[in-house]
Amino acid sequence: MELTGAEIITEFLKDEGVEYVFGYPGGAVLHIYDAIYRQDAVKHVLSRHEQGAVHAADGYARSNGKTGVVLVTSGPGATNAVTGIATAYMDSIPMVVITGQVPSPLIGNDAFQEVDTVGITRSCVKHNFLVTDVEELTETLKKAFIIASTGRPGPVVVDVPKDITGFKTEYSYPESIEIRSYTQFYHPPAEQITQAVEMVRAAQRPVLYTGGGVILGDAAAELSEFARMATIPVTNTSMGLGGYPATDKQFLGMLGMHGTYEANMAMHNTDLLIAVGARFDDRVTGNIEKFCPQAKIIHIDVDPSSISKNVQVDLPIVGCVKDVLSDMLVLLKQQPIAEEERLAPWWSEINEWRSEDCLAFKNDDGMIHPQHVLQELYKVTHGDAYICSDVGQHQMFAAQYYKFDKPRRWINSGGLGTMGFGLPAAMGAQFAHPDATVCTITGDGSIQMNIQELATCKEFGLPIKIINLNNGFLGMVRQWQEFFYERRYAEVTLEAQNQPDFVKLAEAYGHVGMRITNPDDVTSALEEAMAMKDKLVFMDFIINPEENVYPMVPAGAGLNEMILV
Amino acid sequence: MTTRHIISLLLENEAGALSRVAGLFSARGFNIETLTVAPTHDATLSRMTIVTSGTEAIIEQINKQLNKLVDVVQVKDITEGEHIERELVMIKISTAGLDCDQVRQIITEHEADVVDQQDDTCVIELLGNSEKINTLIAAMAQYPLLEVVRSGVSGIARGAEVLSI
Ligand SMILES: Cc1ncc(C[n+]2csc(CCOP(=O)(O)OP(=O)(O)O)c2C)c(N)n1
Repeated sequence: MELTGAEIITEFLKDEGVEYVFGYPGGAVLHIYDAIYRQDAVKHVLSRHEQGAVHAADGYARSNGKTGVVLVTSGPGATNAVTGIATAYMDSIPMVVITGQVPSPLIGNDAFQEVDTVGITRSCVKHNFLVTDVEELTETLKKAFIIASTGRPGPVVVDVPKDITGFKTEYSYPESIEIRSYTQFYHPPAEQITQAVEMVRAAQRPVLYTGGGVILGDAAAELSEFARMATIPVTNTSMGLGGYPATDKQFLGMLGMHGTYEANMAMHNTDLLIAVGARFDDRVTGNIEKFCPQAKIIHIDVDPSSISKNVQVDLPIVGCVKDVLSDMLVLLKQQPIAEEERLAPWWSEINEWRSEDCLAFKNDDGMIHPQHVLQELYKVTHGDAYICSDVGQHQMFAAQYYKFDKPRRWINSGGLGTMGFGLPAAMGAQFAHPDATVCTITGDGSIQMNIQELATCKEFGLPIKIINLNNGFLGMVRQWQEFFYERRYAEVTLEAQNQPDFVKLAEAYGHVGMRITNPDDVTSALEEAMAMKDKLVFMDFIINPEENVYPMVPAGAGLNEMILV
Repeated sequence: MTTRHIISLLLENEAGALSRVAGLFSARGFNIETLTVAPTHDATLSRMTIVTSGTEAIIEQINKQLNKLVDVVQVKDITEGEHIERELVMIKISTAGLDCDQVRQIITEHEADVVDQQDDTCVIELLGNSEKINTLIAAMAQYPLLEVVRSGVSGIARGAEVLSI
């Protein structure tokens, strides 16, 4: 079949099983948009800003595990996409971003809407390509999908000059392609697995510290079975929430800067840390010198370069976490031992820390507290909503107070911490799960960073529930200024009179707006909003302006040196 | 403790492959002493030699991060085994008013060659490991050096060990 480059792109996306492309048109991609117009297998979602398109593809990918697909034009289209690409890169999200480029003969001439997209994105993609010949287009697209979705996933950019999209060539869909310089898969090494199981059996105070790798690697079931069999306490990173059921008695909550007392104390006192698909991020370790001082460390990860990057480990195991945990389980089952009895002293120590009840909060002063909103949201949605967060205090409250029992329900920009992520990511999650309850947890700062996407939601009838925890501040920054800059609140005040009326704003976009100011109305308002199944509801909760996120491990401190209230 | 390593790579002969490697070193703050790259007998592959230094943990990260680059086909730290290291230097000096006998003596001592001799300048060439070259440059420093051009290090393992796909 002879097709133009543009037709090859749409035909390939169809054959690859792509359901949605999130994008925004422009000069360099006119041929491609014309090809999109002339087919109906692949649906296109027009965002209102390229960053929104990339976050939407990202939310789609995070919530269902498929590769998110983006199409943007050259120059400003590509640069607007960069924040979204970097966000996906930091959290290892499978994504293919097709960017238009000026026609090949003009490349390098500072042509209209030319930027060096491959150069600009190089350090925030897993890989990128500039297509120089239409004959290579199909193969390049296939490589992009393979690289994006295998091993440690990540975004791949395919930059396609406009002339290439007009040239014709034969097309047939390649089922697979050899990439000699790319390792897709590591077999878990048997010897290390045996050694790991021996270490587990010898440990007195083991902890499982698990991250996004468990979610991305679909290993939640294996993790739960392993943890239960060995009766080991589990703590999750923010990216790992939902990898182990939060309502389970072995769950210690999130760890790190805003982690629970029990999780951080367990980390500090453990003698065997089993890190699974986690990367020892500085927000997790606190002061690295004081990190897990008594522990031997086993680190299981698909990416060899994650291992011994920040923290030297005693036993590295490179492989898909799902395979490694399954292999370890086989060994554990062969020779079951009475772990429960052996670990009883450890558990009683942990239960002591738990009795601190570090997440308790004051809720009787007539103000709405964000923790309360999240707790009620959890109840009203039966813990089964897709929760897409922006970045700030509200994000930490959501991570602490919404109990995630299943993977892929908690969608947040953990690595890059991108304000403006929450709403477009929720769009992607809603496209992936049209019948599910999808919520955006946001703040009065973050929501304004991609507010334009309310129009996309209108166009596609996305019934997202936006929970705006409106404190009149860039709250997380204010908290740091309160603690470490003697309350010099520099440029963090979003005074009510200068802020939009969010209720009217939602209405202007054709949605429902609600303002909640009384703590007694929180639950009923949430119920009312959730009952509007086919409507986007923007809930503006006016909360305590100076709420702080506790516990907190201050910069430079060890995990055991946290501020409790 | 910081040690010096020579890392050999086989790279896809693709536009952009070099900048991926160079970008990796600058983005992650790894140090590059020298970097050389040239085609091999297989037209699809280039061979790169990087001389770097760092602690054991940093060298391990460099190896892993290089392996992770999609255009990198093979990575080998050749300083882990017996190897040969070669670098070329060309030094141009101004000979006006110099004691040529003294210069000639240094050249002979260091087994260097004179490859260009003009009225007022001469070019001295030496092939060897970086240490040899450093010693020559140090010995010549007393003269008016006009240019010092080093090729950067190339390396190869001794014996049967080969870097291939
Ligand atoms: C794009 C971007 N710019 C700046 C920051 C730094 N930052 C982190 S949290 C925060 C405040 C967020 O305020 P808001 O969305 O109102 O949430 P709150 O902390 O009040 O819950 C800022 C400015 C960021 N994370 N992302």
